[in-house]
Amino acid sequence: MTQIDGTPNGSDNDHKVNGQMVTVDGTPLKASLKRAERKRTLIAFLLVAPLLTYLLISFIFPIGQMMWRSVDNPQLVSVLPKTLEALQDWDGEGIPDEPVFEALAQELTVASANRTIGRVAVRLNYEISAARGALMRTSRSAEDMEPPYKEAFLDAHRLWNETEFYRIIKREGRPLTASYYVAAFDGTYNEDGEIVMQDENRRIYIDLFIRTFSMSLGITLLTLLLGFPISFLMASLPMRKANLLMIFVLLPFWTSLLVRTTSWIVLLQQQGVINELLIFLGVIGEDGRLGMIYNMTGTIIAMTHILLPFMVLPLYSVMKTIPPSYVRAAKSLGATPWTAFWRIYVPQTLPGIGAGAVLVFIISIGYYITPALVGGQSGQMISNLIAYHMQTSLNWGLAAALGSVLLISVLILYWVYNRLVGADSLKLG
Amino acid sequence: MAVPTYAGPLERIWYYTFRVLCGLIFFFLIAPILIMVPLSFNVEPYFTYTREMLMLNPEGYSLRWYQDLFTSESWLTSIKNSMIIGVSSTIVATFLGTLAALGLSRSEMPFKGLFMGLLISPMIVPLIISAAGMFFFYSSIGLANTMPGVILAHAALGTPFVVITVTATLVGFDHSLTRASASLGAGAGRTFFKIQMPLILPGVISGALFAFITSFDEIVIVLFVAGVEQRTIPREMWSGIREQISPTILAVASILVAFSILLLTTVELLRRRSERLRGMSPG
Repeated sequence: MTQIDGTPNGSDNDHKVNGQMVTVDGTPLKASLKRAERKRTLIAFLLVAPLLTYLLISFIFPIGQMMWRSVDNPQLVSVLPKTLEALQDWDGEGIPDEPVFEALAQELTVASANRTIGRVAVRLNYEISAARGALMRTSRSAEDMEPPYKEAFLDAHRLWNETEFYRIIKREGRPLTASYYVAAFDGTYNEDGEIVMQDENRRIYIDLFIRTFSMSLGITLLTLLLGFPISFLMASLPMRKANLLMIFVLLPFWTSLLVRTTSWIVLLQQQGVINELLIFLGVIGEDGRLGMIYNMTGTIIAMTHILLPFMVLPLYSVMKTIPPSYVRAAKSLGATPWTAFWRIYVPQTLPGIGAGAVLVFIISIGYYITPALVGGQSGQMISNLIAYHMQTSLNWGLAAALGSVLLISVLILYWVYNRLVGADSLKLG
Repeated sequence: MAVPTYAGPLERIWYYTFRVLCGLIFFFLIAPILIMVPLSFNVEPYFTYTREMLMLNPEGYSLRWYQDLFTSESWLTSIKNSMIIGVSSTIVATFLGTLAALGLSRSEMPFKGLFMGLLISPMIVPLIISAAGMFFFYSSIGLANTMPGVILAHAALGTPFVVITVTATLVGFDHSLTRASASLGAGAGRTFFKIQMPLILPGVISGALFAFITSFDEIVIVLFVAGVEQRTIPREMWSGIREQISPTILAVASILVAFSILLLTTVELLRRRSERLRGMSPG
């Protein structure tokens, strides 16, 4: 709105009525301009609207819906409402009284008949491992139970004799839950319902977050270490030669991710090219073959190779704009080549280093394919566990909680990236 | 950057060491991709160079893995699927992305930063999260395990690339050209197709290529949203690597490398043409 086109000359007396400027048809100029501007804003917005709508529906809404799953807790509330109401009067000590069991027997019978019990059983099993068996077995016999229901339940399964179980039912009988996030940070609930850390040997996720972050950091540093010299070289060469060398960076960038991963398998595996070469050269013996893949080393090597172009492209574009005269000036003023490089040149490359580093880091903390294919056990990252909970364990709430933590970390990093370079300056190819 | 004549011996040594170091890094970048290509002609089902291959003995080479590839039902289906999904999602992404870029580049556009952030979000969000979200959503509306589902999902992933490349070509677009056209009596449509379109075309095409390669190379969404019927080339390679790794994969990989060289050349030529058209650099 900074630019208004075709503003008429103010001294043009023909278009002035009562000291106010008007257009040919007599409307005040101000209103007319405003209308034109509104129309142009509308057109601009209408051009963006189709894609925006499309992405809101097919991309942003689904992700929001998935994140909602990390706190959504509808199973108990929908299937056992009366039981939960009766449990409100229970003080959390010992075994609840008869009314709870009466409601429970009634609702389990219904749930067993319309097969909604499975959802509740699976949900409670995330919290305590025998819950599925207890509920499935009890619900089958619930129909034939007779008062007093309490006794009948206590006989039906050992879990019904444990105060812990009722506490869990009461806690998870709310429409929203924090338990997936508690699990995602290796927490658990103690007897008093307070959140505490899991036993040492059952902690998985915090280690995995730390591993994911430290691997990503390592990969970022490696790409910087390898990317800086070649960007520097290309920036100091004449255009023609630099463009030629750029092919070495762009070809991997354009090559299929799976192709690059495959080629690292070919190179690094036990019977692979590098091991055979080392044996041929006599560096290692036949039984000394190096295990360079299906572990963390393999993941780091392959991902460094895959992400190196993302470091080189922003670095190179910044270095290209640095005038060589500053370094020359420093040298002529008596700086050693090292001082000139470190004190004068490097600070000028910082925007490029920052942009490249954040970009590589963002991409690597969400990486899935390469760790899944070459990571083995020790090279798995957080994405792999999200996929595991999505596809194998089917604990979608936990997958959603882990995913939300990952997504929020990425968004914060992206915000930092945006502050450093601005999203508009994202360059491709 | 030749060695200056006044450089001392230390500087000379450093100059050559640095060159060698850079050479090694470039080697690290390119060698893994190129080393695999000859192996796809290996007559043996191994992933390493045999003695015959190293001696350049023609008996060590064969086209059997390529033959395997082009006679295998599942590979051919996957090639066909990849093409259908790639082309369709590119069309959707290019159309929507170009329109949005035209809107975003107008100076009257309100909340530019916010909209730009939303529009390029598919590029920022880790694929596993997009895939998980789309899996639930597409299952709930019955699009999971269908061709349109995969196409729509890939189109969403491809749009940011189109938006970015087209916006980039519109930076420095001389708006007096459209005004001139309008003042000479051309309508909005005519102005767009005759004046604006030819200038942004290189950006549109390279955006489309980016969108295509995104879809063509995409695997995470395919793993979650697609079914057996919609297996693509990356999906086939994925199961090939996980289950029974055979040199047929290397044959596919080599063809894909050739394909990426082709794409790279096209994008590079387009970029130069666009820069020349806008007078940004001599060539």
